[in-house]
Formats: sequence, C-alpha cells, structure tokens
Amino acid sequence: MGYSTELKNHQNEQHKFRVRLVFLILLVLSAFSALLGRFYFLQVFRYDYYQTLAENNRISIVPITPNRGLISDRNGIILAHNFFVYTLEITPSKTDGLQDTIAELSSLVEISATDLKRFKKLRAQSHTFESIPIRTHLNEYEAAKFAVNRFRFPGVELKSRLFRHYPYGTLGTHGIGYISRINENDLKQLKESSQLSNYKGTEHIGKAGVEQAYEADLHGVTGFQQVEIDADGRAVRVLSSASPTSGNNIVLSMDAKMQEIAEHEFAGRRGALVAIQPKTGEVLSMVSMPSFDANLFVDGIDFDNWNLLNNSLDKPLINRALKGIYPPGSTFKPFVALAGLESGKRQPPFTISDPGYFTLPNSRHRYRDWKPSGHGAVDMRRAITVSCDTFFYGLAVELGIERLTDFVRHFGFGEKTNIDIQGELSGLLPTPAWKQRRYKQPWYMGETVIVGIGQGYTLVTPMQLAYATATLANNGKAIRPHLVNAIVDSKTNQVKMLPHAIADQLNLNVQNLEIVKLGMMDVTRPGGTAAAVGANAGYDIAAKTGTAQVVGIKQNEKYNEKLIAERHRDHAWFTAYAPAEDPKIAVAVIVENGSHGGSTAGPIARKVMDYYLLGKVPVDPAAAQAAAAAEAAVVNAPEVEEEPHD
Amino acid sequence: MIRQWIGHFIRHIDSILLATVLMVLVVALMVLYSASGQSLLKVNAQLINIVVMLGVMFLVANTQPQHIERIALPAYLLGLALLIAVALVGDISHGARRWLNLGVTKIQPSELMKLAVPIMLSWYFSKRESMLRTADYIVAGVILLTPVLLIAKQPDLGTATLVFASGFYVIFLAGLSWKFIFGSVVAFGAALPILWSMLHDYQRRRVEILIDPSQDPLGAGYHIIQATIAIGSGGTTGKGWLNGTQSQLDFVPERTTDFIFAVFAEEFGLVGCSLLLLLFTIIIGRAFIIASQAKSTFSRLLAGSIAATFFTYCFVNMGMVSGILPVVGIPLPLVSYGGTSLLTLGLSLGLLMSVQSHKRLVATD
Repeated sequence: MGYSTELKNHQNEQHKFRVRLVFLILLVLSAFSALLGRFYFLQVFRYDYYQTLAENNRISIVPITPNRGLISDRNGIILAHNFFVYTLEITPSKTDGLQDTIAELSSLVEISATDLKRFKKLRAQSHTFESIPIRTHLNEYEAAKFAVNRFRFPGVELKSRLFRHYPYGTLGTHGIGYISRINENDLKQLKESSQLSNYKGTEHIGKAGVEQAYEADLHGVTGFQQVEIDADGRAVRVLSSASPTSGNNIVLSMDAKMQEIAEHEFAGRRGALVAIQPKTGEVLSMVSMPSFDANLFVDGIDFDNWNLLNNSLDKPLINRALKGIYPPGSTFKPFVALAGLESGKRQPPFTISDPGYFTLPNSRHRYRDWKPSGHGAVDMRRAITVSCDTFFYGLAVELGIERLTDFVRHFGFGEKTNIDIQGELSGLLPTPAWKQRRYKQPWYMGETVIVGIGQGYTLVTPMQLAYATATLANNGKAIRPHLVNAIVDSKTNQVKMLPHAIADQLNLNVQNLEIVKLGMMDVTRPGGTAAAVGANAGYDIAAKTGTAQVVGIKQNEKYNEKLIAERHRDHAWFTAYAPAEDPKIAVAVIVENGSHGGSTAGPIARKVMDYYLLGKVPVDPAAAQAAAAAEAAVVNAPEVEEEPHD
Repeated sequence: MIRQWIGHFIRHIDSILLATVLMVLVVALMVLYSASGQSLLKVNAQLINIVVMLGVMFLVANTQPQHIERIALPAYLLGLALLIAVALVGDISHGARRWLNLGVTKIQPSELMKLAVPIMLSWYFSKRESMLRTADYIVAGVILLTPVLLIAKQPDLGTATLVFASGFYVIFLAGLSWKFIFGSVVAFGAALPILWSMLHDYQRRRVEILIDPSQDPLGAGYHIIQATIAIGSGGTTGKGWLNGTQSQLDFVPERTTDFIFAVFAEEFGLVGCSLLLLLFTIIIGRAFIIASQAKSTFSRLLAGSIAATFFTYCFVNMGMVSGILPVVGIPLPLVSYGGTSLLTLGLSLGLLMSVQSHKRLVATD
C-alpha cells in the first residue's frame, strides 16, 4: 500500500465515521427533544394536575375531636366527665410483625392478659389500618419509657387522649348510659344522618341511656387542622386550623344522692325503682338493680367482664325500669277504681259484702280473694285500702274490658311513656282485638275478671307505673317523663331548660279523685296493706301495694332447684306519692321475687321519699357501699312468709 | 519550574469540557444539599468523590492514547476473569451476585467493564483497520456479548444494558452495516410475540409493570408516580431551591442517587431542566467534536463511544425519572451521589481529553 492510498483510506474511514457520528448526534438531539417535550408536558401542560397531587400529598386534614359534654345531676354533681390519659396504640398494618411488636412492647411496659384480650377483640372488629389501643392509662413513667424507645416500634404510637369516666361507677348507669367504640352499625347510622364528617377522629359514641339519646348535644363539632406531612404521614407543621366546639353539658333531672340511697336500699336484691316529680315529669331516680360499671365499656370491654355481665342470671345489662315488664298486680286497682267512679258504675255509697270469692253469672268457678275469709263490707275507699280482690273482680266485669282499658290508657298503660332515652317497652293492655290478633282467640269474660286486679295479660314497666302514679297524683294531667332537665351551651354557657310536655289531660271529677286518693292514703295507715311504711313519716303517703306473678324477665332453668324456686316467687310492687295533699314525688318500686310489696318494696320507697321531702340520709354512703357488698351474699336466701298477703 | 510543570499538566485539559462539567457539578452539589435534607456531611463526601474524579481525569488526560491502547487487552481479560470469579464465588446482596470480596475490599467487576469493553473493541477495530471483514464483526460481537451475558446473569440488567450500549456504539461507529442493524431490529421485533408467549404469567406481569409502573401504584409504581408528581409540580420556574415539597417531605424515593433529577426538576422547574439539558448537550457535543477530530481509529472510536454512552446515561436516567422509560437503576452522570459513578466518569472524561490533546502528537510522541 502506498502512502497516498493509506491517506485516502484514512480520509475515507474518517468520512464514514463522521456520517455515523452525525447519525448519533441526530439521535441525541431527538432523544433530548423528546425529554424536553416530556418536561414541558409535565411541568407546563399538566402543571395544575401535578401541583394538586403534590399539595394533596403534602397536606393532610387532621380532625381535632371536641371534648364531650359533661353530664351532671340536678344538683351539679358530675356523673360523666373526661380526663386525659396516655394510651399505647398499635396500627397493625404499620408494624413489622404484630406478635413481635407486642412481645417487645411488653418488655417495656406491662401488658396484662386482659389488655391482650381486649386488643384481640377490638382488632377483630376493626381494619388493619386503624389504630387500636393495647394499653390504656399509662403513668408518666411508662409514657416516658416508651417515648425514649419509640424508634424501635414502628406502628406503635403514644397518644394522649380524652377518656370518658364515670366517677360513680355503677351509680345510675342505666339512665346515664355509657359510650363505647364506634362500630359498623354506628357508622352506617352516622352516614345516614350525614354526621360522618363530624365524627372524623371520634372513636366513641353514646351506646345507651342519656349518652346515647343526647349524643348530638354531647358530641360537639369536630375541628380541623391543616397539617403538612411527610411521606410517612408524620406532621411537620400546622398550616391552618379551625378549633372544635365542645359538646354541650347536660344537667339531669336525676338526683344522684337519691339514686345512691335507692340503689343502696335494694341491698343486692333485683328490681327497679322510678321516682318522678308529678308536676314536671322530671325523673328524680331511675334504678335498675343490679347495675354495672359503665367504665368497663369505654375502651372496649374484655371478654371475661362481658361474659360475666351478659350471662349473669341477674341480667344486670337490662334496664328493668324501661324494659322489665311485669303484671301490675294490685297497683292497678286505683286506676280501675277511678274508671268505675268516672263511668258511674260505682258511686258511693256502693258497698259489697265480700265472701272471699267472686263468681261469674252461670258459673261455679270461684275467683278467690287473697284473703280467704273475705273482707266483709267493702266500699270503694276500703277496697283500695285493703286491696279487696272481690270488689274489683265485679267492677271489671261490670265495666267491660273495652271501657276499662280505654280509660286507663290515659294513664299511659299499654303505651310508651316517651321518656327521653331509648329502649323502653310499651307493656301490654289487653283487649279482645289484641287477643284476636295475637292468639286468634275470642276474649273470655274470665279474663276481664282478672284484669280488674292487674293480673292476666296486663304488663307494665316500672317507668309506666311511676308515670301513671304521677299522673294520678297530678289529678290526671300527664307530663312526659324526662331524664334531662337542661342543656348548657358550651360556647355561650346559656342554659336551655327543656320544656315540660303535657302528654295527656284527663278531666277527672274531684270527688272521684278524692275517694281513690283517700283509699290510697289509708294504705299506709294502720289497717292498710302497708301500714308499716307510713309509720312516723311526718307526712301523708298515698300508696298501693301489689304482687306480680313471675313472668317477663326470662328464667334460666339450668340452675339448681332451690334457686329457681326462689326466683319463681312473686315480685313485690309498691307505688306511692307524697305528700298526699300536695304531691312532690311519685314512686314505683318493684323488688323481684320480693313477695310482699308492703315489706320489701315499700321501705325502699319510704327512704327515697324521706330523703326527698325531709332531707333524711339513711346511712353514710361510704358505709352503705360496704354494707351492700356484704348483704349481696345473702339476698338469695329464701324468706319466711309472715306478713299478710296484700 | 513548578509553574512549568503545572503548565505542562494543564496543557492536556480541554477547557470547554472542564468548564461545562464544573458547572454541572456545582448544580449537582446544590441539588444534593437539598435532596439530602441539607446534610453537609453528604455534600462533603461527594466533594471528596469529585476531587478524586478530577484527579483521575487529570492523570488520564496526561496519558497518551497509545498507552491506553496497550492496556486494552489486559484490562479486558482481567475484567472477564473477575466476572467469571464473581459468577463462581461472588457475594450475594439483594438477591444478586455482583460483588467480589477481595478480603480488604469489595469490588464490582461489572463497573470496570463499562470502560474496558469499549477500549477493547476500539483497540480491536484499530488493529483490523483497512482489512475489516464480516468475520471481524462476529469476533467483536463475541468480545461484547461475553461480558454482557455474564453481567446480565448476575442479574444486573441495568449495567448489562449500559455495557452493551458502550460496546455497540464502537461497533456501530466502526461501520457495522446498516443492513445488519435493520435486519436485527426487524428480527427482534418479529421474535417478541414468540418470546412473550413463552413467559409465565408472573414474568409477564413484571415486564408490564416495568413498562407501565402505574399498574402497581403502591409497589414498583409508587416511586415513579411520586417522581412524576415532583417534576410536574415544579412548573415553569420550580418551587425554588430547598423548597420542593415532594423532595423535602420524603415523597421522592432514592432522591440523592437515581432519582435526584426529580428533586432538581421540582425545585428548578422547566427552566432549570432546559439549562441542564443544554449543559449535557454541550458535554456530548464537545465529546463528538473531539471524536470527529481524532486522528487515530482507536481514539475516534473510543471518544465517540464515550460521548454516546454518556448521552445514554443521561437519557435513560431522565427518561426513567420522568416516566417515559422503564425503571432501571442508572444514576444521572455527574449529578447523582456516589463515588463509583464519578470515578468512571473521571476516567471517561480523562480519556476524551487525552484524545483531544494528543491528536497532533500521533506520530511524534
């Protein structure tokens, strides 16, 4: 090869090379143009879209839960309040292995078996991305210990949260109610009432009693905070905020002291008591025994406690005052009496001579009086005082079932009282139409006979009986019972008194009323069925005793015979109002399996009235608690029948 | 004397290339400071990496291309031996066998091959100059594919792709026939459906996610979606240095290394992106000019390949971060944090400068 060929070759090579280079340069330019186009597309054309996404990434709306309103009794005693506690909460989806995390945590702070059980239960009910408390009520030392080690526990957070607390534990639980964690059902309801956004961040909701019925007032309005967050969701800084509005405080009509006295006087027996101000409908006490500690429900009740409460033969979770349905027994008689008087069927001086039984025409069946030998000559007033069955058998038949029920319905029997908390039952006022509907059977005259003494199909709740008694005491003017007296606006502190709603207004003949009332007053005087209750009272008590055959509360048959036998005894009723001339309080008491209204239920009502009218406090409440615990052990012992049957 | 020595040293430095590279490095340090959450520690570490890189660049710039030609075959063979050693006794980390434990230190032989392969191929073609036959391209193909397959098997598809690209550019510039190139492209296109049908469902799913990450927004797609949001929300002029919310609040992943461009784009916007693209274009253009002016076949092939490879790095990284290319672990040259990448770049830039400054001395020195 010559030098020139080599040079030519070289130039040829270089030319070929440069052609290839130009190709690469074009590649570079087109690729970079494509990139530039992409950047233009993202940063100019789609800028708004990505800007929004970046802002959404960056900004998180954090709800600030409002403080729940307080609940106090009529005298300002706080019955439900909130306080800050440290809780340890786990978000299962954020942990590196839940079991390991819990195991490691328990080496740092104590986690009891109960805590674990509750955690498991709550976990089964919630999503993995929800934060679930594993330990509550950490003390300062434990909180600090965790804070130092928190880096070791992804998905575990120390939170300072407001906890609901019921300082008196079991006191008045059925009326006050309780809050518990929001479940699927609650969420559905909140959604339906478009309240869901106001519950962002709220974990609890009222589940029973006033806590449930006045949820809208107690909850308040959730505030919001715009927070800048990083990719892990940690707040970096606050951008803006709207403060929450605390829930309104609620003042109950309940008198906590009276409630305490009443609960104590039950001395471990099962039953219920309702005390109402006749002129206002204010419920002074609503007792259902046994009660339970509402605090157990606040951060999720554990299995053991739940089983204990739910499976107890005593059914502590049932509010007997509203849901316990019992035959009214003889406490029904004053209302039947009034029906007789108002209808003109039994005007004085109507008197019967009681042989100790009643028979229907053309029948040999004897409807027995509780007193086999009979009461002798009995007029209306005395019929009430001595609770003469024979008198009312005849009256009921003469009135007829329709007329009887039509009249007493005005006192609230067979209908809900519409008290301001949920869950009450309406009891039952039987009519031929009802029986046809229910049993597809005709009504028999014999059934009318026993309705006259409050037996048979007739069923009432203690609340209904107290309401009827109050209506009677108020001369036929029925005021809707209510547990809440006033709502205190959290912002303005303005007190909004709830109006007293007149539910029914009966125009009763004053003389007729007087006869019934005098008969009831005689009940607590010597010769009456509850003479002991009225002894040395210092004020006049109008009352009526009664006995309810055992139905209503379900019986559990698997327990021992002795126990069942005890539980099959009659329930004791006692209704009263006082002072008889100017009634300030009306009471209905039932003591389950208490047998005699005058001896078991009556004294409880007397203590309640003594407190309310005279300010008498029977025992030191602290000692009372201890005594109640001691007495609880012997309540189920069978009692010896020694008092006369009413 | 010292001044003379320095003058001699600086003689071999290409001022245009160096000035542009330094500008990019200044921007890179600013972005790193922002991306690292204003960590001077990280900036200092990168500064040391830069000093090492510049030192290597100066040294290589002062080396004659002939000397480099001489080490082409030994370097390539050494690299190949190390790759085989890795395949047999390499350390496994993150499910891939990439590292060779030498007791004192660990090395990643695939990194060495990024330069050893183009040097080897440039040397091969310069030896076969003016008597090139088809067989030579087959030999070149074997030289290229042997290390590429070894790296791909580690598996390290990203590096394998880049090593392949750097070698392919040499073969392309050496005059690989257009017919063959188009033929291969058509053949590959035709084979794709058949390959696709041979894959398992889970493998197909992986490929699909690689091509379109938005199909897996919480997994593989999360990174690319967040990076795209960062770039897009930067707008025309950017959110300002240290003010990128996506970057500062940890939404952008790997933001000091592979995804650092997203931080830059968020804080400096389209204006910044355009300027950075311009700087990269100047570097690549300058490298192409050096290649076109080079006098020896070895020099021009090597310089051309380095220029094209540098471009490939830039394009693949920015294309991946902005969501138009699949996610493969490739850093952005000069900008991403990391010593290895900078060291390779120092060598590459040194080689370019060596080629440029020694072009007139081919015969004499």
